[in-house]
Amino acid sequence: MSEARRVNTGTHFMMGNQACAEGVIAAGCGFAAGYPITPASEVFNALAKQLPKAGGTLLQTEDEISAVCTAVGASWAGLKSFTVTSGPGISLMQENIGLAVATETPLVIVDVQRLGPSTGVPSIGMAGDMVQVARGSHGDYQIIALCPESPQEMFDMTVQAFNLAEEYRVPVFVMAEGFVGHMRERVVIPDESEIRLVYRKITQGGEPLTRRDFLDPEVASMPVFGRGLKTHVTSSCHDEYGMRNLSDPDVMHRYIMTPIQKILSKRDRIVEIEADYEGAKLVLISYGVVSRASRQAAAMARAEGLKVGTLRLKTAWPFPDKEVRAAAESADFILVLENNTGQMYPYIKAESAHACKVGFLGPQVLGQIHDPQYILAKIREIMK
Amino acid sequence: MAQTDINIAGVGGQGSILAGIILGTAAVTYDKKYAVQTQAYSSELRGGFAATWVIVSDDPVGFPRVTAPDILVAQAQDAVNRFAKVLKPKGLLIIDSDMIPEPPAGIERVVRVPATYTSRNELKAPVVANMIMLGALWQATHIVSREAFEKAIADFVPRGKDKLNLDAFERGARAVENQKI
Repeated sequence: MSEARRVNTGTHFMMGNQACAEGVIAAGCGFAAGYPITPASEVFNALAKQLPKAGGTLLQTEDEISAVCTAVGASWAGLKSFTVTSGPGISLMQENIGLAVATETPLVIVDVQRLGPSTGVPSIGMAGDMVQVARGSHGDYQIIALCPESPQEMFDMTVQAFNLAEEYRVPVFVMAEGFVGHMRERVVIPDESEIRLVYRKITQGGEPLTRRDFLDPEVASMPVFGRGLKTHVTSSCHDEYGMRNLSDPDVMHRYIMTPIQKILSKRDRIVEIEADYEGAKLVLISYGVVSRASRQAAAMARAEGLKVGTLRLKTAWPFPDKEVRAAAESADFILVLENNTGQMYPYIKAESAHACKVGFLGPQVLGQIHDPQYILAKIREIMK
Repeated sequence: MAQTDINIAGVGGQGSILAGIILGTAAVTYDKKYAVQTQAYSSELRGGFAATWVIVSDDPVGFPRVTAPDILVAQAQDAVNRFAKVLKPKGLLIIDSDMIPEPPAGIERVVRVPATYTSRNELKAPVVANMIMLGALWQATHIVSREAFEKAIADFVPRGKDKLNLDAFERGARAVENQKI
């Protein structure tokens, strides 16, 4: 049987959610589980049609709790593993996002965020889950989260999320939202040969209790269930060998710290930003689709002679602390723009307030990204 | 930078959003331009409001939300009630004149298209009223090439229905030919 074509190469006018599904397939995903939810359903629907033809397996589970658990299990069976949902689904998944973190499981979770709290409004996007994906499960940990601003980036960042998950053995989130998920735009999907793919290090041999399958800041190789190696995978505190240990404080310390250090020590390779604020007195900081409003407002302000720049956080987590600090230390004012009431704002303020004034601007109407004219009015007010 | 912002709106079931997707596909896939299409609709399958916004541009689109469109294509009175007030001052209003007897006062540039009557009584296919409106939009603006529109229509309509839909497009174009815009 010949391998099905995985990459839908070409220029398309494509919905963000469809572009995400194309990214899942292009990344070589072997298993997707999910439970449909607006505004994320198109990703799962597209995968239901396309993933089996590309050689992968798709499972519609009874709920999101089962979806994330199944995806964790499939990852331990050696497959690039995936689930997609919206805010209410993320809330349900939280306990087992912690399981994925504790067991250092490569996993990609796409969150097409919607207006909340609770069931809120299914079809209206809002960046309401920015902190809950990083801090929502109990205990202390680090994940990776990327923020697409366009259908093109729904493709690009989905592929990138798989690469990061495989490289660092960590859950990686793609923080889309309803507006960009349902938006159609030009999407260019490159040739298969131009898409760089990363695969996890796989443990090839060795006896249990002698193999260090966990807690390596340089990322431990991972055994695959079903290939003859025995290993012990537990969500409870464990040592480098996977042995449960609830008595040794040093092991407890390493159980928490090593997976955190694994991410933070590589943060320079993980964190991506777009900076365009040279000589600016005021820097607009934003992420996701709001960045497109921010850039437009900055261009309008510059046309009036105002020294305004932009910093876009393509990576939300690990938090781009150094990059925010550099912007703050070069400017007089940081204005944070988010399509919520200020979820990343406290983190940004903590890295900026020592160096300059910091303010926050939500959209006029929550759920509707900022009108550039409205941002411009605020810029004029600050800079007068 | 040439950029045109278009709002196509009606009630659920009239195909306003499909018309927007076809417009965007014509621009991007067949005319090699840039376009963004977004949408909003109420949860009723038929009868609730439905609207799409399309930005067609020669360059990559920055801000993707339409706040004040250059063109409003209105397929129902509800669409005029909701969206005509944000049309740009010199903006163009294209209405289905069977559904909207009188355009709102103060809009100078109005194109009237009997899309509902034509689709029901001449083409015996009420579902193609949206294609008639697209034909009118094309004739009034030439925002994308006719060839691109025709290819995009063929991409989205059911197999075997190409001719009916292209005929509807043509009738929409003809309805506008002699109107002052």
